[in-house]
Amino acid sequence: MTRAIRVVIAKPGLDGHDRGAKVIARALRDAGMEVIYTGLRQTPEQIVEVALQEDADVIGLSILSGAHNHICPRLVTLLREKGLDDVLVVVGGIIPDADVPRLEQLGIGGVFQPGTPMQAISQFIQSRVRHSESAAT
Amino acid sequence: MTPSTVSDRSARPIYTAAESPEATPQQLGEPGSFPYARGIHASGYGGKLWTMRQFSGFGTPEETNRRYHELLRAGGTGLSVAFDLPTLMGRDPDHPLSLGEVGKCGVSIASLADMETLLEGLPLDEITTSMTINSPAAMIFAMYLVVAEQRGAAWSKLSGTIQNDILKEYIAQKEYIYPPRPSMRLVTDIFGFCADHVPRWNTISVSGYHIREAGATALQELAFTLRDGIEYVQYGVDAGLPVDRFVPRISFFFNAHNDFFEEIAKYRAARALWASVMRERFGALDERSWKLRFHTQTAGVTLTAQQPYNNVVRTAIQALAAVLGGTNSLHTNSLDEALALPTSEAALLALRTQQVIAHESGVPAVVDPFGGSYYLERLTADLEAGAREYFETIDRYGGMVEAIEQGYPQREIADSAYRSQQAVEAGEQTIVGVNRYTDDAPADIPILQIDEQVERDQVSRLAALRERRDAAAAARTLDALRQAATGPANLMPFILDAVRAYVTVGEMCDALRDVWGEYEETPGV
Repeated sequence: MTRAIRVVIAKPGLDGHDRGAKVIARALRDAGMEVIYTGLRQTPEQIVEVALQEDADVIGLSILSGAHNHICPRLVTLLREKGLDDVLVVVGGIIPDADVPRLEQLGIGGVFQPGTPMQAISQFIQSRVRHSESAAT
Repeated sequence: MTPSTVSDRSARPIYTAAESPEATPQQLGEPGSFPYARGIHASGYGGKLWTMRQFSGFGTPEETNRRYHELLRAGGTGLSVAFDLPTLMGRDPDHPLSLGEVGKCGVSIASLADMETLLEGLPLDEITTSMTINSPAAMIFAMYLVVAEQRGAAWSKLSGTIQNDILKEYIAQKEYIYPPRPSMRLVTDIFGFCADHVPRWNTISVSGYHIREAGATALQELAFTLRDGIEYVQYGVDAGLPVDRFVPRISFFFNAHNDFFEEIAKYRAARALWASVMRERFGALDERSWKLRFHTQTAGVTLTAQQPYNNVVRTAIQALAAVLGGTNSLHTNSLDEALALPTSEAALLALRTQQVIAHESGVPAVVDPFGGSYYLERLTADLEAGAREYFETIDRYGGMVEAIEQGYPQREIADSAYRSQQAVEAGEQTIVGVNRYTDDAPADIPILQIDEQVERDQVSRLAALRERRDAAAAARTLDALRQAATGPANLMPFILDAVRAYVTVGEMCDALRDVWGEYEETPGV
């Protein structure tokens, strides 16, 4: 039996608007994943530490403040340093179209803008994580 | 599809006297009389239109000052300051946690020097200024007072509002610093200080806006906000302030969401509830303590990134509900706010939306035109009754502070947010352009970009300030503040002294962190 996909949902930065983070955490849990919600104001260092401890397959960041261009590069660098390159990183929130290609180039697996259905996000995660697992074996 | 209101109450297709026995002249009262469901002014907007107060702030104090002058030239009648996240969280621009956030979601104000620039050329004794600041409200308010003092504007003539609503931070917006009890002490210190020195200032804006944006229904917004108001009054009374001395300066702030009639009923119910609670529960005798005054902002959460011009229409309908509900001031959102902070053009169109309602629609000519409507009176009565049930539940927790500590309002709101998202995805709730009438056209509109240079500028400006100021005075006033926080004295005079010595927001907040510690919520989904 395959184990459930493990997802860390995190709110980096100073912003406290956690509606989106909480809704997506519940949705992924209802879709059968194991979800760890870090709570507010986590530094990239703290988030990577949680991902390591929890053996996460996925990190989901919720960023509404416009700080994504600072937070995402730092997080990706830290993941590489810890040998966690295989963790899928997705970002949801207020991300202007112009920033999406830059985030994807960094290695962010998916960027979800306002209005994205929860189901689309959980299907995306399932397909990406399953795909990489079958590729590894 | 069955029509239903946002609070999950099904609406019937027709309402008659049978559904609405309250809709009698005796029960309703008149506009301008207790319990004020029909309005706090007998003449409605006849004497004075609502204040058109557009929330604005971004980048450096200079840039924001320019936007304020533009808004006033365009016919705006009040200012409303949006601060950036470091300022809201009591962190200076050079703090590691501020990285990437300086000037992004609002203007960066670190010290009195920034406030002097922000208010350059604005007539402080003629305009009213609202400042959305909560945890560091006392520090930012003190900066405003000191700028007024420098310019010879008497504190007794200043008028405006600080949000200063810490309870909704724990409940919804989560920009808290200290644990609830010392935070409540800062709030009541401001109540007492203003009663003595700044009598025309609204000392708090008890806010349902953020509670609603976090996912609450209209009923939950109404109930939690009013119950927060009750908590503040109770803490003020417990601090030894006579009710009628500080309650008249308490103001409110509500959301204007999509369900048109329910929103109008919510404002009417809020006025009636506040009047009766102040009279019955607290024995207030001054009728100014009974009259609930409120600001409204259209619902940011209803704005869509898809087909963004649809947002102009949503905002207009929401604004109309606020006006029909008798709002005392109003902010209309800009069409681009699901994507970024608004451009100057988008912000102007939002203001024009209010001006069209005010001057072309004819709506402001009649006070409470829905008064006596079978449907509106039924909704108003239901919302009042529902809110009273929530009051009882929260009273059983021992009060709102205790309910928050046990996560009660937070859970209620998260449940509603999830249900509402499920309803959208199941197609039970339509969002035009998102789950119906969709197209693949890109949202090709101009976006405001905040220059990364802003952060570097604010950091170097702060370093220069620390060089330039009288270091001994800064250290002395900061120590005095830290010391005072361990005792019972009103902290406002100590904060004013530190502000005059150009002590920064971050330094003052850190001094209080030393004494009170920081609040951390238990993460729950």
